[in-house]
This record gives sequence, C-alpha cells and structure tokens, in this order.
Amino acid sequence: MSIISVENLTKKFGAVTAVDGISFEVEQGSIFGFLGPNGAGKTTTISILCTLLSPTSGMALIDGHDCMRESSEVRKQLGIVFQDNTLDKELTAYENLLFHSYLYSIPKGERGERIKDALNFVGLYERKSEPVKRFSGGMKRRLEVARSIVHQPKVLFLDEPTLGLDPQSRTNLWEFIAKLPAKHDVTIFMTTHYMEEAEICNKIAVIDKGKIIAQGSPEDLKKMVGGDVVYLRTKDNKQAIAEIKKSLGLDAEERDGEIFIASVSKGEACIPVLIQSLADMVVSVRLQRPTLNDVFLKLTGKAMRPETVSGGGEMKDAIRSYRRKFDK
Amino acid sequence: MIRSDLNAIYVIVAREFIKFTRERGRLISTLARPLIWLFLVGGGMSRMVSPDMGVPYIQFIFPGIIGMTILFSSIFSSISIIWDKEFGFMKEMLVAPVSRLSIVVGKALSGTAVSTIQALIILLLFPVIGLKLGIVQVLLILCIAVILSFCLSTLGILIATFYENFESFSVIMNFIVMPMFFLSGAMYPVKRLPHALGLFTRVNPLTYGIDALKYMVLPEKGALSQDFPLSLDITVIVVTSIVFVTIAANVFERRK
Ligand SMILES: Nc1ncnc2c1ncn2[C@@H]1O[C@H](COP(=O)(O)OP(=O)(O)OP(=O)(O)O)[C@@H](O)[C@H]1O
Ligand SMILES: [Mg+2]
Repeated sequence: MSIISVENLTKKFGAVTAVDGISFEVEQGSIFGFLGPNGAGKTTTISILCTLLSPTSGMALIDGHDCMRESSEVRKQLGIVFQDNTLDKELTAYENLLFHSYLYSIPKGERGERIKDALNFVGLYERKSEPVKRFSGGMKRRLEVARSIVHQPKVLFLDEPTLGLDPQSRTNLWEFIAKLPAKHDVTIFMTTHYMEEAEICNKIAVIDKGKIIAQGSPEDLKKMVGGDVVYLRTKDNKQAIAEIKKSLGLDAEERDGEIFIASVSKGEACIPVLIQSLADMVVSVRLQRPTLNDVFLKLTGKAMRPETVSGGGEMKDAIRSYRRKFDK
Repeated sequence: MIRSDLNAIYVIVAREFIKFTRERGRLISTLARPLIWLFLVGGGMSRMVSPDMGVPYIQFIFPGIIGMTILFSSIFSSISIIWDKEFGFMKEMLVAPVSRLSIVVGKALSGTAVSTIQALIILLLFPVIGLKLGIVQVLLILCIAVILSFCLSTLGILIATFYENFESFSVIMNFIVMPMFFLSGAMYPVKRLPHALGLFTRVNPLTYGIDALKYMVLPEKGALSQDFPLSLDITVIVVTSIVFVTIAANVFERRK
C-alpha cells in the first residue's frame, strides 16, 4: 500500500520552476530516497508534502489525506528533520523534546518515557540537560532525529540528515536511520546528494531541475550505469581471464596490467567468488562503485554540478552575534 | 479551543518564560530604557516645566513610562518570531498539528507575561517619585498593563509576519516603535498637540493604553490627566487586539 502518493506535482516560484510535474508512490514501511544535486527541488517537494508550501498544481496525498486541504490530518502523521537545523539552541536537549511533546499532545504520563527512549536511541540521554548550543553539529543532527520520532510519526522526512557531518557520524546516523522502519514502524522519505547513502533505500528517485529522471531500487539504478566494476591483479592475467569467463561467465579484459570486469551487479559479493575460483593467483582486488555522478552522466549527458555546502552556517552565526548586540 | 491548542499555547508561553529567566541581560537592558527616561528626562524636565498644572512632570510621565516599558518589551518579545523564522524554529511549530491561531495566541500571551512583569517592576517605583497609590489602584493598573501588553504583543506579531530577517530590526525600531512612543501622549497631553500630530496619536493603540494608565495614576488632575473616557480606552485596546490576532492568524495560515 502506498502511504505517500504524488501526482504531477508542480511548484513555481515566479519564473523558477522548482518542481516540475513529478509523480511517485512510496510504500508503507519502506525507505524512499530522493537523490539529486543542489537546487533539484528536493526540499521544495518535502515542504509541499509537510504542508509548509502549497503546490502550483498537482496532487499530494499522505496516508490518504490531501496535503493542501487536510493539512491538520497530514501534520499528525509527520515527523521531519529539516535540512537546516530547527532546534532552539538556548534550550536544553530535554526541553527541546519536551516542547515537541506538548505540540504533539503526547499524554502527560508518556512524555518522560518517550523522550528518554528517543534520547537513548541517539545516544544523547546523558547530555539531556545541556543547552543545545553546546552540542556539536553531529549531536544536533542526532537530537533532531530523536525529536522527529518522539511522537511516533507514520512518515518521517529526512532532508539531508547527514549534511555537515564527518564520515564517522554520517555512518553512525545512517545506522540509526536504517533501524527505524523496523523499530518504529515508520516510512522514511529522505533526500541526499550521495549514492552511498541511498544504498539503504528500497527505492530511489533521481531528481534534477525539478524533474524525476529515473526511479527504481539502488540495484536497478546501478545497472543503468553498468553496475560495479572490479579490478584484479593476478600472477597470470591471461589464464585468470580465461578462468573468469569459463567458470563465472563474466566479461573480463586486461587494461594496463589489470583485469577489468565491468557491469557486476553486486561487486562485494562477487569478490570472494572470484578469489575462490582463481585459487591463489590473485595479487590484489579493487572495487569501483558507480557514483551518482555516473548515473547523472548517463541520464543527462553531463556531470553533476560541483557540490557546494548549502548550510549557510556562517551567515547564521553572524546573525546570531548581531542579534546578541541589538536584541535588547 | 481543543486540547492540543491549549497545550501549544501553554508550551509556547513556557518556552518564552524559560528563555526570559535565562537571559538576565535582557531584563536589565529592557528596564534600563524606561529608567533612563523616567529619571534623566523626567527628572530633568521637572526643573524646566513648572508644575502649574497640578502635578510635577516626573509624575505626569510616569504612566507614559509604564506604557513605554510595555511597548518595548511586548514588541521585542513578539519580534522574536523573526528570529524563530531565521533560525528555523518556526518550522518546528508550523508543521505541528496545532492551529495557527494557537501559535499566534501563544506568542501574544508570552509577550503579555514578560512585559507585564517588567511593567510591574517599573510601577513599584511609584513611592520614589512621590506618588501615592493604593493597592486597588496598583491592581487596576496591572489589569490595564495586561490588556495593553496583549494588544501590543499582537501588533508585534503582525509586524513580525511581514519581515523575514534580522535586518528589518532597526527599521521596526526607528520607524514603528519610536514614533509610536512619541505620538502616544506619553510625554505631553494629547489635547495640546497640533491637529495633524493629534491625528496620529488617535490611531495609535498605545495612546489609549497610556490614557487609561493616566486615569489610574493621576485621577482628576485637570489638564494633565486623561484625554478620553476610560471605556473608550478599554474598548479600543480590546478591539484592536482582536483585529490584530485575527489578521496575524490568517497571515500564518497562508502558505506561499
Ligand atoms: N522560497 C523560494 N523562493 C524562490 N525560489 C525558491 C524558493 N525555494 C526554493 N527555490 C528555488 O527552487 C529550486 C529548488 O530548490 P530546493 O531547495 O527545493 O532544492 P534542493 O534540491 O533541496 O537543493 P539542495 O540540495 O541545495 O538542498 C532552486 O532553484 C531554488 O532557488
Ligand atoms: Mg534542499
């Protein structure tokens, strides 16, 4: 059953068409990924779905409720981690979640327990009484994830949840997120710039300039660009190639002293098989994954534009110090 | 109102309160302004303006100074909506399953609470400037302070809904808040103003608030006491509050 259905959704800001007639369905309990470069229209789509913007045309339903006309019904079902931080940094972690519990009318007897669970889930319970302004970027992000699940939403929107995180925090956060559907019975709609991050999705839609240019499972998308590439160095390349063709039925050729195996559907699963069948001829193996860039190149004929940081953190800091000076 | 809206109003006020008690500097600096005006301007002018109209000048401006305290603290409290927008917290409230009206009312009551407290602190200085007020008078002044604070807080919210960022701050200060103060009868009796300026004072809700405060602080003091009947003052304050709240809630409801 699809819990989100979007049909022909369009949003124009003046002359700019941010979202251009997109349609998709999201299955209940699945993880759906929106993959695209800066300015593709990801945040705009989320804003429409979570009732902050009204579409120029088209239809968006969440759990059967129209995002425009039945916004209060829709709002009850949603949890959101916005692209930009939306915590109150003067309040403590606990107070931020408590504020949230009141807004979502969590019964008095359950508030404490739910907040505790959520904070424990993201490993921040020990720091619950600290003001958020003392948290690192990664901790703030985790706290936002905790806040977004306190009220047990049916649908969780994550707009670039790993923005500005170091690789380790990023991995940690994805581990949290991947656990969510099973643990909290929630459907996840996430956006990202990174193909690796989209790996955990059941389905991905690639969006560019407001249009969805491809949809499918991560495997499907990778197959479009030819799948993984495995490079091998062996003691005897000629013999190895013959062996690979014969016993694995894969296409292999030699390039610059390396064996090049293109279009492998599951590279990491292929490696042990290769090593086994080549006995001890293998000297080294390396796996190259198709990137979003490759998908892009394939679909649009041009590389994805260089990524710029879209956080605007410095500007906000400047505003903050300005505010301290003048907000008296 | 339904339960979820009451929850929202409660928690929005609680948040403002927590922040207010944590920012000591904010209380001191908002109290500094009326104190400076009362003692430096009021005290100084008292020597120049002869008290021939029944009361010393410093006592005459006392209701105006209470009005000033309420004006600044209400507007500043409401204008925090602009920071909430700028720092994203507004979105947390807007995606929640609560009515837009409850967000507006919550914000307005936050401003009301914070600015009534500050007005009370200034009010309690009355013995220092030689005024004699009974407990009933003090309570009535507090009631006026509450409705005036609510009215000006809703005005602040309305202003905040039209501004997106912090740059607008000095515009609001210089072109809305300061003129409102000067054209409110705080510093001089409204009936002595030239006609054109008098017109401005008559469309300024603060004028009616200060007028009601004058009625409580300086009853029957001839030319220096109030300019309008108390019932008119209160009607204007209540009606403008309702109008402002309604407009603000509608603006909040609108999506881009
Ligand atoms: N409020 C707005 N007013 C005018 N134009 C807007 C507004 N919001 C977004 N846009 C424009 O719509 C387009 C899509 O923006 P959107 O924020 O949805 O992109 P995105 O995919 O989320 O990008 P990013 O990866 O940088 O977050 C951009 O061209 C942007 O300039
Ligand atoms: Mg975005």
